[in-house]
Amino acid sequence: MKHLWLTAWADIIESLRAKWFIVYSCVFGGIVVLLFVFGITESRIMGFTGLTRLLITYIQLTIAILPVFILITTVRSVAGDREAGVFEYLLSLPISLSAWFWGRFLGRFVVVFLPVFLAMVGAVIWTSIKGADIPWGLFASYTGLLLAVAWCFLGIGMLISSMARSADVAQGLAFMIWLTFLLFLDLILLGIMIREGLPSETAVVLSLINPLQVFRTAAMVLFDPQLVILGPSAYVILDRFTETGYIIWAIAYPVLLGTISAFTGYYLFKKGDLP
Amino acid sequence: MIKFDNIKKTFRRTEVLKGLNLDINKGDRIALVGSNGAGKTTMIRCLLGEYTYEGQVLVNGKCPRTERELVLKDIGFVPQLPPPLKMLVGQLIEFSASLCDADPKEMISVLERLGLSFDELKARPFVKLSGGQKQKLLISIALGRNAKILILDEPAANLDPEARHIFFQLLAEKKDDVVMLISSHRLDEVAALVNRVIEMDQGIVILDDCVEDSVELDSVLQSEIKIKRADEAFAKAIKAWNFESDGGMLWHGQVAGPDRLRFLGVLSRYAAILQDIHMEEQKND
Repeated sequence: MKHLWLTAWADIIESLRAKWFIVYSCVFGGIVVLLFVFGITESRIMGFTGLTRLLITYIQLTIAILPVFILITTVRSVAGDREAGVFEYLLSLPISLSAWFWGRFLGRFVVVFLPVFLAMVGAVIWTSIKGADIPWGLFASYTGLLLAVAWCFLGIGMLISSMARSADVAQGLAFMIWLTFLLFLDLILLGIMIREGLPSETAVVLSLINPLQVFRTAAMVLFDPQLVILGPSAYVILDRFTETGYIIWAIAYPVLLGTISAFTGYYLFKKGDLP
Repeated sequence: MIKFDNIKKTFRRTEVLKGLNLDINKGDRIALVGSNGAGKTTMIRCLLGEYTYEGQVLVNGKCPRTERELVLKDIGFVPQLPPPLKMLVGQLIEFSASLCDADPKEMISVLERLGLSFDELKARPFVKLSGGQKQKLLISIALGRNAKILILDEPAANLDPEARHIFFQLLAEKKDDVVMLISSHRLDEVAALVNRVIEMDQGIVILDDCVEDSVELDSVLQSEIKIKRADEAFAKAIKAWNFESDGGMLWHGQVAGPDRLRFLGVLSRYAAILQDIHMEEQKND
């Protein structure tokens, strides 16, 4: 266990000094600052104002950039470390492969989750200073969703890093996977449904196994519990899951997917050449 | 102590190790030489348990692949290319010492003997150090723990003559207790450090021989070089070995015993202007 925490700590230290982390933190911190600057808290959408409005906008933007950011930075730095000889040296030290892999996973999780979370915390602190109400329920639900999505894409990133032997291949794979998830949000899904006469159940299943779609729908559920903006498909979600059930699914499923991906990545890492 | 039994390693369709057989015993100090692509690095990575392979590698009867921690606890490794680690020097030493159950003070002590100040370096990122500083730090980590096997890949390539001499002294202090495997492209770079030479070519051992050398690892040769005429290029080359001269004709300095072949190799480039060479061995205190 000591080696696992040592590796996690070393990975955090390495990441905090990396350029990608500075950019990553600036992007999410910058989004919150910009939302305040442009007066999102004063605007109104479907009855929401103040911090609720800001969190809704923040989570929508996060859906677009968080997964690809996590995927690309993870595969570039992990596969890049392998190429640059970091693995060759550090894995010559007496550390078990499980402590190394899971230590890096946990360290990286802290590093990718904290800036996104701290940006929200910053917004909460600022709002409380201004004397506005804090929607703690919404804040907790969004934290859970962000945690789940970060875990999910980090697991996928670690799997890709174990599969690809070079940073370029890893980056290409990561981008392809993100693009596939993205296209299956609407574009391909709708196209296939129309052309092939896809049964609605299949479309629903595809939506339920796409972590991006799950995250997106859950974010909608939180500010639009009747899912008016989704139209008829809202009936499927609300009838099968209920609002709370869907939020649980939206947190549990990405965590499970990320964990399975990470375990598969660990298996491949352990069985193959390390550097 | 170390046994390679019919090791084969293939990358895609290229067979890099073609049935490598080798026994390494306690007290062996081995120069592992061979051209690029001979399989030296692959062999080292198999020994470190970093590669999968066909055959069997055993270190004290243990497999480095399945019993990593037990095997690597006894191995100190210095890579040819320092990894681009961003962590601070102090953090790297703490991290390595914690993993190896070693005393970081031992590593710092070796670092200071190699001429670096830990207090000056501890707050600097490893990746920002010069090539020589990185090499010295990695040597300190490898030698500052109780390793019974030292695997050194071109260890002295980036060291200045003074640091090389201290490095040889450090190896001399350990030579009876540890197995050394020193990889190099050229035998003359490491000949004086070793008592056995293994040459590899295209994945197999093509030469396995003893090296007889009377020069001690920690000896120093008091040297005097006389040249026929002052020469700017020669002066620059000899100053790199910390030699001094009054008028540029007669040069005085010290050469570490194990470095003498390398030093003579440098002098051979200026054979036309050399008048006299005198080298006398002095036991280092």
